[in-house]
Amino acid sequence: MKPRHKRFAFIAVALAAVGLAVGLVLYALRGNVNLYFTPTQVFDKQVPKGRSFRIGGLVEKGSVKRESDGLTTNFVITDMYKEIPVVYKGILPDLFKEGKGVVAEGKMGAGGVMVAEQVLAKHDENYMPPEAADALKKAKAMEAADALKKGGAANTAETVAIPNNAPVAQ
Amino acid sequence: MNILVWMKANPLTYVWIGSYMFALIVFAIEIVLVVRKRKTTLHQVRLMRDAGDEE
Amino acid sequence: MTINWFKYASPTSFYGLAGKMIPWFAIPSAILFVVGMYMGFFVAPVDAQQGEFYRIMFIHVPTAILSMFFYLVMAGYAALGLIFNTRLSAMMASAIAPTGALFTLISLWTGALWGKPMWGTWWIWDARMTSQLILLFLYLGFIALHASIDEPRRADRAAALLAIVGSVNVPIIYFSVKWWNTLHQGSTIKFSGTSMQITMQHTLLTMTIACWFYAIAVVLSRVRSIILERERKTDWISELPEMRS
Repeated sequence: MKPRHKRFAFIAVALAAVGLAVGLVLYALRGNVNLYFTPTQVFDKQVPKGRSFRIGGLVEKGSVKRESDGLTTNFVITDMYKEIPVVYKGILPDLFKEGKGVVAEGKMGAGGVMVAEQVLAKHDENYMPPEAADALKKAKAMEAADALKKGGAANTAETVAIPNNAPVAQ
Repeated sequence: MNILVWMKANPLTYVWIGSYMFALIVFAIEIVLVVRKRKTTLHQVRLMRDAGDEE
Repeated sequence: MTINWFKYASPTSFYGLAGKMIPWFAIPSAILFVVGMYMGFFVAPVDAQQGEFYRIMFIHVPTAILSMFFYLVMAGYAALGLIFNTRLSAMMASAIAPTGALFTLISLWTGALWGKPMWGTWWIWDARMTSQLILLFLYLGFIALHASIDEPRRADRAAALLAIVGSVNVPIIYFSVKWWNTLHQGSTIKFSGTSMQITMQHTLLTMTIACWFYAIAVVLSRVRSIILERERKTDWISELPEMRS
C-alpha cells in the first residue's frame, strides 16, 4: 500500500468507528433525546414517576379556560389519541392558541392533571401572509363541506399533524 | 419582564438591533481582524526576510 | 480546453488568484446585504402566525445553513490535505474554521432572540439546538487543536482528523427535527420543495448568497495571510510586489 492509501484507510476506519460510536450513544439515549412525551406515552406509563417531565401536543380546541385570578389557565394537550389536562399559573407565550402546538413541563398532580411550571408554544414551519392564511382556511372549510355533502360522515376528522413529529412510531 | 413588554411593543426594533445589528457587528469585527492579520503577517514576513534566514 | 487545476492547488498560484477574487465576492456581497435587508424589512409581508418576529429568519436561516455547509467544506479540505498531503487544502481548512464558528454563533444568538418572543424561552436543550451548540464546540475545538501544536504539518493532521470525525454531527443537526421531537419546527425548505410565500423565498435566497459571498471573501483574505506565513521561507514570497519595501 502506498502511504496515501494507508492514510485513506485510516480515515475510513476512524470515520466508521466514530459513526458507530455516535450511533450507539444515540441508541442508548433515544428516550432522552426527545424533548417531550406525547399524551399517549403518558397513558402507556413510559414517563418517569415523581419527576418533572414535558408533554407535547396540540392545545385541544375549546379546552382553554382562564380562571378569575387572571393568571391560572386550564387547558388540554392532545395528540389526537389521548388527552392530558394541564393547569398552569403564569404568562403564556403569544403563540399559545387552541389547535396549535404546545410543550408543557411539570409534574403529574392529583387526578391525572399536569401541574405545569413552564408552557412553551411550538409553531409550525409554514410562513405566509395573513391573507394567504385566511384563504387557506376558507379552502379547507369548503373542502370539508364538500366531503360532507358527498360521503355523509366520511372521514372528515382531519388528522391534524402535530407540527413536526407525529406522535406515532415510538 | 420589562424587556418582554418592550420587545412586543417594538418588534421591528427588536429584530433589527438584536439580530441584524448583532450579525453586522460580528461581520465588521471579523473584517477588521482579517485586514489586521494581513498587515501584521506582511510586516512579520518582511522583518524575517530582512533579518536573514535564521529563525 | 483543459484547465490545469493542480496549478491552482499550489499555494503560489492560489495566492495571486485569491487576491484577485476577493473584490468579486466582497462587492456583490455588500450589495446583496443591502438589498436583502431592505426586502426583509420592507418588502416581505408579515407572517400570519408570527407577525414581525419571523423576520429574524432572514439572518437566522442563512447563517445556520451555511454554518453546517462550511463545516462540511472544511472537513472536505481537511480530508484532502490528509489524503493527498497537499499544502493548500490544510490552509483552506484553517481559514474556514473561524468564519464557520462565527456563523454558528450568529445562528445560535438569533435563534435565541427568535425563541423568546415566539416559543417563550431563549434556550431549551432540544436535539436541534444542542447539536448546533456541539457544532460551535467542534469549530472551536478545531481552532484550538490546530493552535496547540507547534509544528504546522502535525497540527494540520490532528485538526483534520477532528474535523472529519466531527462531520457526523452535520446530518444529526439537519435531521434532528425529523428524528426526534423538538421544540424547533421542521424544515421549511425541504428537498421536495417549500410552502413559503414567494417574496419570503427570494429574500431568504438573497440573504443566503450575501452571507455566502461574504464568507468566501473573508476566507480568501485569511488564507492569503496563512499562505504568506507558512511559505515565508520560499523565494516566490520574497519576490511578491507587496514584499518590496
